[in-house]
Amino acid sequence: MSTAALHQKEMAPKEYKSDVSVVWCPGCGHHGILNGILRAFSEAGVDPTNMINVSGIGCSSRTPYFVQSYKMHTLHGRAGPVATGVQLARPDQLVVVTGGDGDGYAIGGGHLPHMARRNVNLTYILFDNGIYGLTKGQYSPTSRRELKAYTTPYGGPDDPLNPLLYQLTYGATYVAQAFAGKPKVCADLIKGAIEHKGFSYVHIYSQCVTYNRIDTIQYYRDLMIDVPEGHDTSNLGAAMELARGDAEGRRPMGLLYKEDRETLDERLANIVKMVGGHPDYDQNKIIDLFRP
Amino acid sequence: MSKENDLIIRVAGEGGEGVVSTGDFIAAACARAGLEVYTFKTFPAEVKGGYCMYQIRVSSERIFNQGDTFDVFCAYNGEAYELNKHLLKPGTVFVYDYPGGDFEPEAIPEGVTAYPIPMSQAAKELGSYRSKNMVAMGALSALFNINEDTVKQVLTKKFKKKGEEILDFNLKAFEKGKELGLAHKKVDSRRVADAVASKDVIIISGNDAIGMGAVLGGLEFFSAYPITPATEIAKFVATHLPKKGGTLVQAEDEISSIGQVLGASYAGKKSMTATSGPGLSLMSELLGMAFMGEIPCMLVDVQRGGPSTGLPTKHEQSDLFLAIHGTHGDAPRIVLSVEDVKDCIDMTVDALNMAEQFQCPVILLSDGSLAFSTQTVPAPKPENYTLVKRKRWDGVGKYFRYAMTDDLISPMADPGTPGGEHIATGLEHGPNGAPLWAPANHEAMQAKRTGKYAGLVNTYKPTEVDGTGEADIGIIAWGSTIGVVREAVARLREEGIKAKGFYPKLMWPMPVAQYEAFAATCKKILVPEVNFQGQLAHFIRAETSIRPISYTICGGLPFNPSMIVNKVKEVL
Repeated sequence: MSTAALHQKEMAPKEYKSDVSVVWCPGCGHHGILNGILRAFSEAGVDPTNMINVSGIGCSSRTPYFVQSYKMHTLHGRAGPVATGVQLARPDQLVVVTGGDGDGYAIGGGHLPHMARRNVNLTYILFDNGIYGLTKGQYSPTSRRELKAYTTPYGGPDDPLNPLLYQLTYGATYVAQAFAGKPKVCADLIKGAIEHKGFSYVHIYSQCVTYNRIDTIQYYRDLMIDVPEGHDTSNLGAAMELARGDAEGRRPMGLLYKEDRETLDERLANIVKMVGGHPDYDQNKIIDLFRP
Repeated sequence: MSKENDLIIRVAGEGGEGVVSTGDFIAAACARAGLEVYTFKTFPAEVKGGYCMYQIRVSSERIFNQGDTFDVFCAYNGEAYELNKHLLKPGTVFVYDYPGGDFEPEAIPEGVTAYPIPMSQAAKELGSYRSKNMVAMGALSALFNINEDTVKQVLTKKFKKKGEEILDFNLKAFEKGKELGLAHKKVDSRRVADAVASKDVIIISGNDAIGMGAVLGGLEFFSAYPITPATEIAKFVATHLPKKGGTLVQAEDEISSIGQVLGASYAGKKSMTATSGPGLSLMSELLGMAFMGEIPCMLVDVQRGGPSTGLPTKHEQSDLFLAIHGTHGDAPRIVLSVEDVKDCIDMTVDALNMAEQFQCPVILLSDGSLAFSTQTVPAPKPENYTLVKRKRWDGVGKYFRYAMTDDLISPMADPGTPGGEHIATGLEHGPNGAPLWAPANHEAMQAKRTGKYAGLVNTYKPTEVDGTGEADIGIIAWGSTIGVVREAVARLREEGIKAKGFYPKLMWPMPVAQYEAFAATCKKILVPEVNFQGQLAHFIRAETSIRPISYTICGGLPFNPSMIVNKVKEVL
C-alpha cells in the first residue's frame, strides 16, 4: 500500500507500458501476467511517478523495463533486500517486486522469510514457470521431478517446495495465487495486493513454452481450482490446508490469506517517535555523552 | 621505555573481573585531568572468561600509538602474570594480587619494582569480590599519581545513577586500595603527569567515533549484520540515529544489508553499512552493482585477521586488495583509511560526502585495534562539518539518468519526481538506462564511472609528509600503523638518522604524483603493514616507479615503534 501512489490517476492499462519492447518468447505466460499487472495499476489508479518496480535477474525480472515507473533492475536474488531499502526510505511510495522462481526461492531464498516476518510493506509478484529460462532451461526449486531439463537429463533429484506454505509459515500478510492464463484474476489479486498494507505475495504460475514442455497452459488449467466460496481469509490454518492442495493434487487460485499487522516501516517510525526523533535534534547532546 | 611525562599502564586478568572497567575509569579520570589518553585492549573471542588485557597510555603531549610495552603492569590473576612476566624488564613496575590471589610470582627480576596488593582479600573483606577492580584502582592511583579527584568524579558519574549505596561502596573500595598502595614505600619514579588545564575533549573508541561521524555526517539510513569487530558501530547508530529521525535495520545477512542500503540510497537517502572482511566479501557483488548503477553508498570495513573466519578479534590490515578491487569486472572503488579515532569521526563524514558527490561505493577502512581503542579527541563541533548532497535533476527537459556531463556526474531523480522516472540497472546501459551493448558505449561508460572520481587525488587533503628535506629512509604507512611510524620517525631523528614519513589516507584513487615526490627525497622506502603479502607495497610497485622494501607482520597485533626503528637500522 502507498499513500502517494494509489487512487491518484485515471490511466488506461496500456499507459503503464513503457516504450521498451517486450522481449519474452511468443506464447510465454509472462505476457499474460504483465497484462494483469498493468490492468491492476489502472484499476488501482496508480501514479507511476510514485511507484518503484524492483527486480532481480531472470526472464520475469525484465518486467521493470516494460513498466512506466521508477525502477531498479538489480542482481540475481537481491530484489527483496533492495526493495526493502527503497520501501523503508520512502514509505509513502508503492513498491512492487517482480521476479521468478529461481530468483526468489533459490539464490534469493534467504531473503523471503525475513520480508514476510517483518511485514515489509510492498507487493511481491512471483512468476513461477518452474524453470530457469534466461540460462536456457535448468530445473528450479519449483520444478516437478518429472521435468527433464538441461541439467537434469534423467529427471530431477529434488522435490519442489511449496511457495504458498512457505509464505504462510513465515508470516506474509497477503497470500494469493493465480496462473497466467487468467489475466483478469491476476489483475484482481494484484490490485488487492498493492492495496494491502504489509507484505503481499502473489504467486502466478506461468507456462514456459521454450524450456518447460510439461507445465503447459493446459496443465495449469487442469491444475488450478478456485478457492472455495466461504473460505475465511483470516484463518491461517484453513489457508495452509488450501495451500497444501486438494486430494487430487490441484492447487488453489484466489486469495488464501489476509492479515492486518503492523509493518516494518511503522515499527521503525514508532522507535523514532519513542525517542522524540527530529532532523533538527541537537547533536551536541550525543557528543556530551562521551565527555570524560 | 616511555618518557617522563608519558606512562603506560597495563591491567590484565580474567574477562569479567573488571579489567575493562578499571581501564575505562583510569582513562576517563586522566582525560578529565586534561591529559591525552590512548587505550588498547585485547580480549578473547569467547563470551565469558578468558584472558583480557587493557593498556592505558597517558601523556601531557599528543599520543600516536599504544606504545612499545608497559611501564606498569597490574596482574589480577596468575594467567595474566604468566602471559606478561617476560615483559617485566628493568625499570618496569609490577603490581599484583598478593597475598590472597591465585598465584605467587617467581623471584622478581633485577631492576623491577614490585608492589604486592592483596586485592582479592581486601575485596572479600569489604563484602564483595566484585570490588577487586576498585581496590586495584585505588592502589594504582596512590602509587602512580592518578588524579584522585578526577577518579572520584568519574566513579560518581558512573555509579550515582545506580544509587548512593553502590557509589559509596565503590568509593570505599577505592579508598581501601589507596590505603594499601600508600602502605608501600614508593621506590620507583613512574607516575602519571600532573593534571593540566582541562580541554574540551571527548574520550571515545574507534567504532563509536565512526557511528558519531555517521550521525554528524547526515546519515539517514543504516543497515548492517552483526560481525566482530564492527558491531559497535551499528549499536551507536541504533541508539542515536533515531533521535534525528533516521532508520536502522539489522538485516538477515550482509548481502541483504548492502542491498537495503542501495535501495534506500536510490530512494534518495544518505545510506551506509558497516562490516568486517567476511561481510565485505559477501557484499562485493552488490558493490559492483552500485558502481555500475551509480548508486551512492558508504561502507565501513573494520578489518580483522583473515583469511576466512581467520582471527576475528585480532588486528590486521589485510583488506586493501578486497576494498579497492574486490568485485568482478573493472570496478575500482574510492577507498579511504583512517589513522586514529579522530579520523574515524572526520573521515566517516568525508566518505559519506564522497559517496553522494560521486554516486558510487566508498569504502572506509578501519582496523581491529582502532575499533576498541579509546582516545581523547577534541570534542567535535557539528556546525563545522560540510555535508554534501548529491546532484539532483532540475526537472527541466527530458531526463536521462546516465547523461554524459562535463564532470561525468549525472543528476539523480528521487522517486516521486514527475518526469524523472528511470531505471537503475546493473546491466550496461546507455544514457537513458536502457540496455546497450555497443562497444563504444561500454568503453565510454566505463571511462565515465572510473573517471568521475579520478580528480580526488588533487582535491582531497594532500597526503601528510612527516619531515622535510632529504632523508636516508622514507617510511610509507597506512591505517593505525601511521601512529606507530610517527613515533618511530621521531626516535630515529633523535638518534641522528634522517627519516621521513608519508601517511596516505586516500588509498584509491592513488595520489601517484605525491608518492613519487616523496620517494624522490628518500634514499630508501620502507612500507610496514600488518598483513602477509604487503598489500600497499604491491600497489606502490604497480602504480608508481618506487621500489619499496616491504615489512610485514601478521601475528594479530599491531606494530610498536621499536620494531620500526630496528627495521630501519637493519635496512640502512
